[in-house]
Formats: sequence, structure tokens, C-alpha cells
Amino acid sequence: MTATWTRKDLLGMRDLSREEIEILLQTTKSFQEISLRPVKKVPALRGKTVANLFFEPSTRTRISFELAEKRLSADTINMVGSTSSMVKGESLKDTARNIESLKVDIVVMRHSSSGAPHRLAPILKASVINAGDGINEHPTQALLDMFTILEKKGSLEGLKVSFVGDILHSRVARSNIWGLTKMGAKVTVCSPKTLLPPEIEKLGVTPTTDIHEAVRNADVLNLLRIQLERQTESFFPSIREYANFYQINQEILKEAKPDVLIMHPGPVNRGVEITSEVVDGPYSVILEQVTHGLAVRMAVLYLLSGGVKEEEE
Amino acid sequence: MNLLIRGAHVVDPKNKVDEVLDLRIERNHIAAIGKSLEPATGGEIFEAKGLYLLPGLIDLHVHFREPGFEQKETIETGALAALRGGFVGCVSMPNTNPPCDHQSVIDNIIRKAREVPLHLFPAGTISKGRQGAELSEMADLKRAGIWAVTDDGDWVTDSLLMRRAMEYASMLGLLVISHCEDRRLSANGVMNEGLMSTRLGLKGIPHESEEVAVMRDIQLARLTGARLHVAHLSTARTVKLIREAKAEGIRVTAEVTPHHLSLTDASTEGYNTNFKMNPPLRTPEDVDAVQKGLEDGTIDCVATDHAPHTEEEKMYEFDEAPFGVIGLETSLGVCLTELVHAKKMTLAKLVERMSMRPAEILKLPNGYGEIKKSAEANVTLVDLNQDWIVRAEDFLSKSKNSCFIGKKLKGRVAATLCMGKLWDFQKGSHQ
Repeated sequence: MTATWTRKDLLGMRDLSREEIEILLQTTKSFQEISLRPVKKVPALRGKTVANLFFEPSTRTRISFELAEKRLSADTINMVGSTSSMVKGESLKDTARNIESLKVDIVVMRHSSSGAPHRLAPILKASVINAGDGINEHPTQALLDMFTILEKKGSLEGLKVSFVGDILHSRVARSNIWGLTKMGAKVTVCSPKTLLPPEIEKLGVTPTTDIHEAVRNADVLNLLRIQLERQTESFFPSIREYANFYQINQEILKEAKPDVLIMHPGPVNRGVEITSEVVDGPYSVILEQVTHGLAVRMAVLYLLSGGVKEEEE
Repeated sequence: MNLLIRGAHVVDPKNKVDEVLDLRIERNHIAAIGKSLEPATGGEIFEAKGLYLLPGLIDLHVHFREPGFEQKETIETGALAALRGGFVGCVSMPNTNPPCDHQSVIDNIIRKAREVPLHLFPAGTISKGRQGAELSEMADLKRAGIWAVTDDGDWVTDSLLMRRAMEYASMLGLLVISHCEDRRLSANGVMNEGLMSTRLGLKGIPHESEEVAVMRDIQLARLTGARLHVAHLSTARTVKLIREAKAEGIRVTAEVTPHHLSLTDASTEGYNTNFKMNPPLRTPEDVDAVQKGLEDGTIDCVATDHAPHTEEEKMYEFDEAPFGVIGLETSLGVCLTELVHAKKMTLAKLVERMSMRPAEILKLPNGYGEIKKSAEANVTLVDLNQDWIVRAEDFLSKSKNSCFIGKKLKGRVAATLCMGKLWDFQKGSHQ
């Protein structure tokens, strides 16, 4: 491999080339083993400061990033707020200036507005990692999903990967679509018509409203959380009806390939988009995704910090 | 003021004038139009060789923000921006605070504009407080000086109220301007719904949120006989709806903004909030359709929807930043560049769309929208071939939220003569 990582920021999968995705996935592989050691810490980011700015509540992603930072020996600061800067009365630019003044090296940012990290990145000297922006992208989630598939299947080329759930509001689906299609996977997205984004087929995926079509011949089923408030917004009549027609349960899995992988970015609504038997069943790699998330985030932090790897002590 | 404008190429489509002429202005009025005119006694001479002289431009849709939002724009700064862009008259929108639903607000606005001076033709609200519930006192507002009624950014969703508003306004001879948008269909969208919104992960506003509203208002215009003016249309199908309505004889007119004539939703890439406006920038097919509609007269005129917002507000995230862009100082330059120099429209036709038709739609008295002897001199002088680059620091508007910053334009206003005051932008202004 001759390509090298040159980006300051990781804003989304949309901008990345196949080569860059390969670098990220290969680097992840090399960080996977650290968490299996008795002493789970390397000095790769010693002396570096990482700011975790979570403008939108998050537990899993925030904890995963924080642990990744700690295992790389970075100093971390956390800002958790549930409001946009507008509500707070501070503009994004002022937030950025404050961070700059603290001489932070990397900013990990979660924000409820699409494009917020994209606007912050050009005005910051620090690297920016998008930890989820609005309904746009969640690149580290896509990378960990892809890494999980790679670990099980060996390659992404030609695999049928189906996403089932609220595609319209899913940054996980969007990032995965960009990433997986670049890696040669065949992506299907499945939801009621109300939750399919307009002209989604032009991104090179197959949209369907038929769960059977999504499940049939799928190598991977990636389920997306269905939120109750979508019912009050009339995206579907009831959770009950959604579950009746789109739930992944043991019955529908009879139509799937015998070695299908069941994935879910969490948190899982047991009994809604997926039944408990399937979550805990033999096809499920949901917990492995969480483990791989840590390695992916270590790899991303490492590459963005300049990638000067002091060899493990 | 006495003045001789010498050797300007006069383009006046209303009177079918298209030649190099002199204009003699005496006591603010056009005293003579002809060749080799003698200067007025004690008057200055303005050498206009190489410049085009147009009837003063009129904009049917501006937001001057006063009273209530003076941090964005005042009537004075808005008027200066208008004059810099070649406009001698503007219709100001009533979404001020307090809104223009009471005659005292109208009095104040007209008086402040006269101090600049600029002709302001204020619009009053359709409903009290722009709440969409009860009619505002339109007759009283008309006596105070309004020329149109509209609830602007808030489409009147109550069809019965809109019917009554149109009936009442038509009794008074007032134009009814409608910002056609079914907000429920817009559903918190921030850009055009389509491939670009899917790519960018931003919530979309479908074309139909405009078209559904246009369809209803056209039917109500048929029912009531009111003069309906559709504000800032943005879609190809709206153009078709207007064309069909006109063919049926319904009294409907329409305007389009310079940005909808020249930009597409691809500009939203980068999440720059200066490309966030309502209606949103649409697709290349829509741009093509609105250009053609403007050329063939389906769309009557260009209006800027000049909507100033502070830098602080536009610095917010894309979802949070307010809709709207300024447009007065770039409107003519954009239209000359994209339409006239691009050979999609003649200069005379553009003058119809930016001066003659707006005056007719408002039913302004003789002299507006044309070069007419004995009328007050309200004219725009243009250097058709001046290349310039739009820069934020050059705007006279208090706000700088333009979607054309950095764009190279061909054709710029050299001077504007309005209510007896000459604004010579080649040298700075003087009486």
C-alpha cells in the first residue's frame, strides 16, 4: 500500500476515496489487538489534547471516543450539552475560537445540525472528527460497521448489505452508503416509503419497501433504530404496524442466507425493529460492533494526530 | 435640481425608445428628451457617453426591517442599497415589528424613505399581526399609503380568510401579494428536496410546497377577481401554472429573484448559510424554466426579496440560520450577466421586467417605468460592460448576506437619479 493519510479532518465518508477507507480499515486492524492486552494503553497521543464536544446527547459514541483517547494516552476534555449554539447564544465560530485558545489538537464533535462540523473544520487549526451531524453522517460508525463485516466475511466486494429502518433520518445509513458503495458492496435500503430519502437510488443503492426483498440473499442486515416520535409525525401509523411489517425476527430470517450477519448501531429497541431472540441469537454481531468501534476510533485519532507512531513500549 | 444628461443610450421599452439622446431635467422633472439639447440654466452637465439610461428600476419585494430589526437594515441603509443597485422605488414587506398592520407604522416608513430620498411603496399586512386570523384595516392602511397587502413569509392558510382578503383588497384596488408556501409540506426543510438534500443530509422542501399554494391562490383569484401577485416563484411547474392561469384570463402576475434565475441547489454544498433562502434554490431545470418564463412574459418581473440578516445570525448552523439573502446591489448586475450578456434576453426586455412591468403591476401613476416628458426624473444609468467582483465590504446594505460574494459580474449601475437627487457612483454622490 503506497497511499498515505493526508487529511486534517474526518468529516464524512462522502469525501473519502476507496484508498483512504482502506488505510482507515487497515490501521484499525493494527489497533485491534491493544485492547486485548493486560495493559491497554499506548503512548501514541501522549501530550496531545482531545476535546469531545457533544452538542447532542450521546452515550455510546462519547464513551467509545473517550476510551479510545485514553488508550492512546491523550489528555481529554469533555463538553456535553443538549443545545445548539443558537439556544446557547454562542455562535459556532465563537465556540471554535474558544477551543482554539485552549490549544486543543483534535476536536470530536457531535451536533444535531447537519453540516455543523463541516463549517467548523475550515476555521480551526485543530483536526475535527465528525461524531455524528444531524441526519447527515456518522463516519466512525460506518467504519466500524465495515470493519465488522470485513472481520467476518473477509471482503466487502460484491456483498449484499441491507439497511432496514428509518433511512431518511439516519446518518448511520448515509455514511455506510457512501463507504460501502465505494468498497464495491451492493447496498439495499428498506423502509416504508415515508422514510426513504428522495432520489436515494442515485447514490447507487437499491431502495425497497419490501422487507422480503431486503432480507433475501442478504449477507448483512443492518437495522436502524425506529423512534417513537416518527409515529406522531405520521411517518407510519403505529409502532405496532411498523413491527408487523418491518421487524427482523426468526420467522423472516428463514428467508435469509444461513450465514447472514445481524448488525445494529444501538441502542436497540427490542421488540420493535428487532426481536430479542435475534439480538441475542447466533447471527448477531452487535456487541462485536461495539468492540470494533473502539479500535476504529483509535485508528482515526492516530491518523489525524499525524500518525507518528511511537512504537509500543 | 437642473441637470443635462448628455449622450446616454436611452432604452425605454414602453415608448419604444432605443437610441442615444440627451435628457434635460428642470426642477427635478424631465423637461426635454432629444438630441443636442442645451443645458438648463444654472444646471450641471452629466456626461453619459457610453452609458445606458433606463427608466428607474422598481423592486416589488424588499425587506427594510424597520421598525423592529434595525440591526439588520434600516430604511435609510436599505434605501441607499436600493439606489446603489439602480432602484428608484421599492415595495417594502410588512413583516416588521410591529408589523405593518396599522396606519401609524406606514406613515413612519414613508416619511423615513422620503428623507433619503427613495420612493417607497409599502405593503400592509393581510391579517392583524400577520396571524392569519382576522383582516387588517386595509382601507385605513391604504389611506396611509400602502400599495399592496401581503402576510409575506406566512402564507394565509385559512382559505376563507384569503377569499375575504382578496375580495376586500380588490374593492380597494390593492394588489394581493402571496408568498406561496404550504408550511406543513415544507416540514422544517432548509433546502430544496431532492438528490442534493439527500447527499448533504439536510431536510428538504419539496417543489410542491410552493405549487400547492400557488394552485389555491390562483383559484381564489378567479373566484374573487382580485389582482394576485405570486412572490418569488421558484419552480418550473409554478411557471406552468401561472402561464395557464394567464391564458384563462385570471388576473395573476408573478416575480422571480435574481438568485432563482441563476443558482441551483448545488450551491448548498459546503453548508454556506448565504445559500439558505426561502423558497430554496432549485434544480437546473427550474432555473431554465424561470429564465424562459421571464423571457416570454409569463413571469412579469424580477424582484430581489432583499432579506438582510446579520453576520451573527448567518453564522449559526445551517438548520438554525435564518432564511434570506440581500439582493438590491447585485440584482441588475446578475440579470445583465446571466440573461442579457448570455444572450437569453434583450436589454429592452430586461428593462420591461425590472421597471416597466413592476410599475404597471403596482398601477403606479404615469412616469414610473418609462422616460416621459414632464414626469419626475427617476432614471438609472448603467455601464453595461463594466466587469466587477462582488465583495462583502462594498455593500451599502447594513447586512452582507449575499449569495453572490466573489462572483464576477458584467454590468454595473453608474448613477441613479431619484426624486431630484443624483447619486453618481463613479465619483461619489452630490446633489
